[in-house]
Amino acid sequence: MGAENFKSRIRTITDGAVTVLAILATVLVVLPLVVIFGYLVYKGASSLNLAFFTEIPKPEGENGGGMANAIVGSAVLLGISSAIGVPIGIGGGIFLAEYGRGTKLANAVRFTADVLNGVPSIVMGLAAYALIVSPHIGFLPFVGHFSAFSGGVALGIMMIPTVCRTTEEMLLMVPHAVREAALGLGVPAWRSVLSITVKTASPGIITGCMLAFARVAGETAPLLFTALGNSFMSTSLDRPIEALPLQIYVYALSPYDDQHRLAWAGALVLISLIVVAVSLVRYVTSRGVLKGAS
Amino acid sequence: MIAPVPEIRISQTQFQREPKTPDDPRAAKTAPAEPSPIRQYLLSRGNSAIADRGFKILMVLCALSIFAIVGLIAWQLVASSQMTWQKFGIGFFYKTFTNSVTNEPLYWDPVNEQFSALPFIYGTLVSSFLALLIAVPLGVGLAIFLTEMSPRVLRGPLAFLTELLAAIPSVIYGLWAVFVLVPLLRQYVNPLLIGLLGWTGFFTNDNPTGLGFLAGGVILAIMILPIISSLTREVMSAVPHSQREAVLALGATRWEMISMGVLRNARIGIVGAIILGLGRALGETMAVTMVIGNTPEIHRSLLSNGSSMAAVIANEFTEAVNDVHRTALIEIGLALFIVTIIVNGLAQILVWAVTRGTPSQVR
Repeated sequence: MGAENFKSRIRTITDGAVTVLAILATVLVVLPLVVIFGYLVYKGASSLNLAFFTEIPKPEGENGGGMANAIVGSAVLLGISSAIGVPIGIGGGIFLAEYGRGTKLANAVRFTADVLNGVPSIVMGLAAYALIVSPHIGFLPFVGHFSAFSGGVALGIMMIPTVCRTTEEMLLMVPHAVREAALGLGVPAWRSVLSITVKTASPGIITGCMLAFARVAGETAPLLFTALGNSFMSTSLDRPIEALPLQIYVYALSPYDDQHRLAWAGALVLISLIVVAVSLVRYVTSRGVLKGAS
Repeated sequence: MIAPVPEIRISQTQFQREPKTPDDPRAAKTAPAEPSPIRQYLLSRGNSAIADRGFKILMVLCALSIFAIVGLIAWQLVASSQMTWQKFGIGFFYKTFTNSVTNEPLYWDPVNEQFSALPFIYGTLVSSFLALLIAVPLGVGLAIFLTEMSPRVLRGPLAFLTELLAAIPSVIYGLWAVFVLVPLLRQYVNPLLIGLLGWTGFFTNDNPTGLGFLAGGVILAIMILPIISSLTREVMSAVPHSQREAVLALGATRWEMISMGVLRNARIGIVGAIILGLGRALGETMAVTMVIGNTPEIHRSLLSNGSSMAAVIANEFTEAVNDVHRTALIEIGLALFIVTIIVNGLAQILVWAVTRGTPSQVR
C-alpha cells in the first residue's frame, strides 16, 4: 500500500484516458465526413434529373432548368488547364528525377513547387487577372477581357506542382537496372527516358495527373474574375464561360429554393467525379504501380 | 553539324578494340565495324546527340518555368497594386479612419476611397487560429490513433477517408456550411456558448444569423484536419521503431511510450504540419466567404460578422467601384501571397528536417 501503488494506478488511468481521447478524436474527424457525404447524396440525388444535364439555367425565380452550360464550361476549362499543366508538370518531374537528381537546382525546383502548391487559389486568380484580363494589348488574342482562356491558364498553373511532384515520385520508383538496360542497348537518353522510364511509371503518372485534375475541377476562387460565369451555353475561349463550382457558389447564395436544389445536384456531380478520381489513385498506388519492375 | 562525329567514332573504336584481344575466338570471326542491329536501327533514325541535348533543355525549361511562374505572380501583383501602395504606403495594413458623421471607426470605404486592410487581417487571423484550436488536437489525436493504436484493418479505410476529406472542393464545404452548419450553430451552439461563456466577452448576443468568425473557424478546421493529420502521421511513422521498443522495455505504458518515444522525436515535424495547416487556412477562400458574414468590421465577439483577406477579394473584386479599390484588393492579395509563401516555406523545412534520412523516404 502507498505511493508506489497509487502512482502506477495514475499511470494506467492516464494511458486509458489518452486511448479514449484518441478514439474520440478519430470519431470526431470521421463524423463530419460521413455527415457531409450523407447529406450531399441525400439532397443531390433527390434533385438530380435529366434536365440537369441537358438544359441551361432558367431565368431567376422560374423552376426547372439545368447546368448543361456549366458542365460544358467546366470541360472546356479543364481541357485548357490540362493542356498547360500536364506537359509542363511532367517535364518538370522528368527533370527532377532523371537529370537533376541531388543537384541544388533540383532541390530549389522541388521547394518552389511545394511552395507554389500552397499559394492560395484566390491569389492565382488575381495573378491571372493582372496578367491576361486587365492589360489592353490589341494584337494579342484572349487578352483584355474576361475569357475562358484566362480561367484555364489560372487552373493550369495550379496543376503544375501536383503533376510535377507525383511524376518525380513515380519516376524515382523505377529501378536503375531498367534505365541501364536501355542505355546499354544503345538507346539514346531521351528515348530511354520517354519509352522506358516514363512508360514504366505511366500508370502512376496518369493517376497523378488525375489527382491534379480532380483538385482544379472543384476550384472556384481562381475563376471568379477570370472565367466570370455565363448563363448561356458557350464554348468560345474568347468569352466568359460558366463552370460547375462557380455555378454552385452563385446558386448556394441565391434566395430561390430551386436554385439551391440545382446547387446540391451540381455538388453531387462534382463530388462523384472527384471521389472516382481519388479512389482510382488510391487503388493504383496501393496495388503498387511498379510491382513487376521492382 | 559537329555533333555526330564523336558519336560515331566512339562506337567504332569500341568495336575495333574488341578483336584485338587475342584469346577471344568470337572476336576474330565477327566483322570489326558491324554495329549491333539495334544500334544500326537507331543510327538510321538520325542523330541522337541533338535530340538528347534538346530534350534535356526542354525538361530543364519545364522545371525552370516553375520559378518563372512564382516570379511572374509576384511581379504582376506588385505592379498592379502600385496605386494603393503610393497612396497609403505601409499604413494600409494598420491605420484606421474615423467616420466624420458618427465618429465610429471606419476601415473600408470604397466610395470615399479610404482603405485599410486591418479588419481583414484581423478576420483572417481570428478564423485561422480558431481553426487551429479545433483541428490540432483532433488531427494529432487521429494520427496517434492511426499509427499507434488502430487495428490494422481500420488503418487503410480511415486513411482513405481523411484523404477524401482533403479532396472535397472548398465550395462544397461552403454549401454544406450554409445549409447545415450555420443553422446548427444558430439554433443550438451559439445560445449555449452565450449562456455559458457570455461573461468573457467573446460570445455576445448581437448577431442572430449564425454567420461569423465561429462558423468560419469551424469549417476551416474541418478543411485543414486532413493536412495536419496526414502529415503528422507521416512524421510519426518516420520515428524509428527502436525508440518505441526502448521506452517500452523500461516498463512504460503505451501513452508514456507515445509521448516520450514518438511525440518528442517528431515534435518539429508536427509543428511543421500545423504550420502547413495554418498556411492552408490563411488562404482558404470560398467556404469562409460563404459563412463569415462579409462586413469589414472588427469585433471582439466570435459570433459577430467579419471578413477575411481572401473573402473580401472574392466578394468585391469583380464589383470594384474604382481603380483604387481594385488595386487595394490586389495589395491584400499580395500580402496574402507573401505570408503564405513564408508560412509554407517554413513548414516544408520543418517537415523535411524530421523525415529526411528516414528509411521511408529513401527511395
